[in-house]
Amino acid sequence: MAEDKNIRDAEQEKVSGEQYSLNDDRRVKVLSPGAMVIKRFLRNRTAVVGMIVLIFMFIFSFLGGWLTPYGESELFYRYDTQQKEFASAIENVELRYKGAEGQDFGNMVQAKMLLAINTHQDTFEWDGTTYTLSEDGDGLYSAALPDGTKVGMAFRPIFNIVEQGAEVGFETQYEALKAFLNKQSSFSAGGKNYNVDSDGNVTLDGKDFGFISTYNIQPLMGDVFLTREFKDQVVEEINAGNTEFVFTDVDQVEHEYALKYDPQTTKWTITQATMTRVYDTYSAPSSEHWLGTDKYGMDVLTRLMFGGRVSLMIGFIVEIIATVIALILGGISGYFGGWVDNLIMRIVDIFYCIPSMPIIIILGAAMDNAGVKPGVRMVYLMLILGVLGWPGLARMIRGQILSLREQEFMTATEATGLSVKRRIFQHLIPNVVPQTIVSVTMGLGGTILTESSLSFLGLGVKFPFASWGNIINDVNNTYVLQNYLFVWIPAGVLLLATVLAFNLVGDGLRDAFDPKMKR
Amino acid sequence: MNTLKYVVKRILLSVVILFFVALIIYTLMRCLPTSYIENVARAKATQPGSKSFEEWMVQLEAAYGMDKGIIAGFFQWLGQAIQGEFGDSWQYTMPVIQKFQETIGISFYMSAISMFFEWLIAIPLGIIAARKQYSKTDYTISVIAIACMSLPTFFLIALLKLVFCMNLGWFDLIGVISRDYAQMTPWQQFLDRVNHMVLPIVTLVLISIGSLMRYVRTNMLEVLNADYIRTARAKGLSEHKVIYKHAFRNTLIPLVTFLGGSLPGLFGGALFTETMYSIQGIGYASYYAMTAGDIPFSMFYMTFSAVLALLGNLLADILYAVVDPRVRVS
Repeated sequence: MAEDKNIRDAEQEKVSGEQYSLNDDRRVKVLSPGAMVIKRFLRNRTAVVGMIVLIFMFIFSFLGGWLTPYGESELFYRYDTQQKEFASAIENVELRYKGAEGQDFGNMVQAKMLLAINTHQDTFEWDGTTYTLSEDGDGLYSAALPDGTKVGMAFRPIFNIVEQGAEVGFETQYEALKAFLNKQSSFSAGGKNYNVDSDGNVTLDGKDFGFISTYNIQPLMGDVFLTREFKDQVVEEINAGNTEFVFTDVDQVEHEYALKYDPQTTKWTITQATMTRVYDTYSAPSSEHWLGTDKYGMDVLTRLMFGGRVSLMIGFIVEIIATVIALILGGISGYFGGWVDNLIMRIVDIFYCIPSMPIIIILGAAMDNAGVKPGVRMVYLMLILGVLGWPGLARMIRGQILSLREQEFMTATEATGLSVKRRIFQHLIPNVVPQTIVSVTMGLGGTILTESSLSFLGLGVKFPFASWGNIINDVNNTYVLQNYLFVWIPAGVLLLATVLAFNLVGDGLRDAFDPKMKR
Repeated sequence: MNTLKYVVKRILLSVVILFFVALIIYTLMRCLPTSYIENVARAKATQPGSKSFEEWMVQLEAAYGMDKGIIAGFFQWLGQAIQGEFGDSWQYTMPVIQKFQETIGISFYMSAISMFFEWLIAIPLGIIAARKQYSKTDYTISVIAIACMSLPTFFLIALLKLVFCMNLGWFDLIGVISRDYAQMTPWQQFLDRVNHMVLPIVTLVLISIGSLMRYVRTNMLEVLNADYIRTARAKGLSEHKVIYKHAFRNTLIPLVTFLGGSLPGLFGGALFTETMYSIQGIGYASYYAMTAGDIPFSMFYMTFSAVLALLGNLLADILYAVVDPRVRVS
């Protein structure tokens, strides 16, 4: 009950707060200078948008790199089907020759035989021997000695053996072809009885022994044996005019083949689609790689996160280096004045005048030449950018301190006998902090821009480290520029958004720190 | 008289600054591994029956005048540079000055044309933004200005190429003339050159317009808040008269200063634009010379840039004093 009463009292007090008397201090809401700045900053809508973008970038880069399942330079592979030459098929339109075992069936005999076939003669002579030529079927000729012994044959259809590595004698082949061409269903050779069907299948004791075909199909590699089924299918596909087919082997594995006819050699080339492990380059965005992969086969989104980390870190470190130098030199110069001021300002003039971009390019090229490691290179890059980046800020700080020095509160510090160190660092420096913050924020955008430009030229952050600049570098390849937008557009958008956000926030801060601002 | 004295003093100071800048650059270049000479020596040493790499290095360094100490070498360079003699470029194997004369023309024309458009667009937009401060128009213009300032040049060029060269096919990707340039009539040749200049100039205008736009807006705002503008309004002058007769004329003072400061920059070349569009200007030439480690050309280009920067500052200050009678040099 007591608690309830307290709450009611508090509520009453709140309500009555609206009716303070006119001269009551509580009527005026007093804000500290810091709160005023924050209030003014939050009222600037573009600056707030910039701040949100920056917060997103930090989360994206630092948390994202930690959350992503992939590493900064983790390579991905895919299996790619590549057409490899596998076998060749040729329709046998020429006569082929085979001699009987133990008989002399040399080239000259073959030539004489061909001549006799073409001129439709029954006999031909060679080396004093007269051979009898007989046509045993369409595309099968045999030559015999006067005593009737067959010495060899010329044939177009080819007898193929089913069993791997087996040899077939002349007699068997001859009889098989003869039986096939004369549409006989069986023949005997070497004391064995074979059956042959109209498709040219030869069986021995009910088992496949061989087959006859006008196509000669040879594997490209010596250790490959082409099965009967495969050869049959190739012939079928050739006759059907197909250019691609799928063959299922004995193990029920499907293989894809492609047929290509070369009219010059009258040869069909059979290429087999084989799976090869390759870098998964430029694969389109998928559930696995949300923004696809780049030219090395790395996840673009992950690279972007690590790239952001690198860009932001370089930006901050460079700005810290530049600000420390600028605060020290600008502070000394502004406070002491006189010849110290003169000397430091001439140094500032000189540094201000050094063309920084050429210097950085030359140093970058020299580091390339000296083979500096990518990690060490990044450190050098930060040092160079930092050392070249301070003069403008130093000049501003000096100007500020020069005018602050003359104000009453500084006279007061002198009158109270404060040490010089304390006067500079406790009374002068805090007064230039707002301008410094503004300048550093704007400078951050500029530094990130410079770093990414260098990385784009290949003179800044180098592979394997990611940077938004070196991700966009790929557009130098015109094909990537047009076809793989997912590789370079996101990096560019992030870069632009970050620099823009830094500039907007810097702008907003400047307005917020400015007490003269009316709104 | 006072002004003259001031100008002379400034020029003398600039000469001193220039001396130290050149000294720093020269020292830096000499301390770096002189990649160019090393590469030549390495190539020569691999030829059959050749001298060793070290012997070639000694000989080549003597031939290129790199065998002297840094200070002695610098003064030799300086002595020749004062006479306008910058030596022969290693990369282009011709006198540096000759290469400079070949390349400066196109860079200058490109910068001059883009600067013209930049001013033409930025001034009206800056004035509009200032007149309607805190309006939607002002926010839009300000954000566009900052966006232009934040644009990475290489990304902008890639985007422009994608849209206008690849997708629309209006322009060629690179180069300054078409392949069939020789077969064209003079008028067609002119049009062809204009066609190839469109994208580079658009690029240059876009990347440099932001800062000018903001500059115009800031200065215009300052003037509009001045007492004499209130007086002019109180007199009952029309808004048009107030803006263009009273305010704009006073904005011209900082603008002329800005213009003076940016004039020398016209000769500096545009590194990214020239290299990415393959335009053989001074930016293009210097980029390839610098990456090859060509000391004479790089020295010349950097000294030249430093001179331009100093000249820009000087010009801006002088013009400020000339344009604004209230400024008295002390």
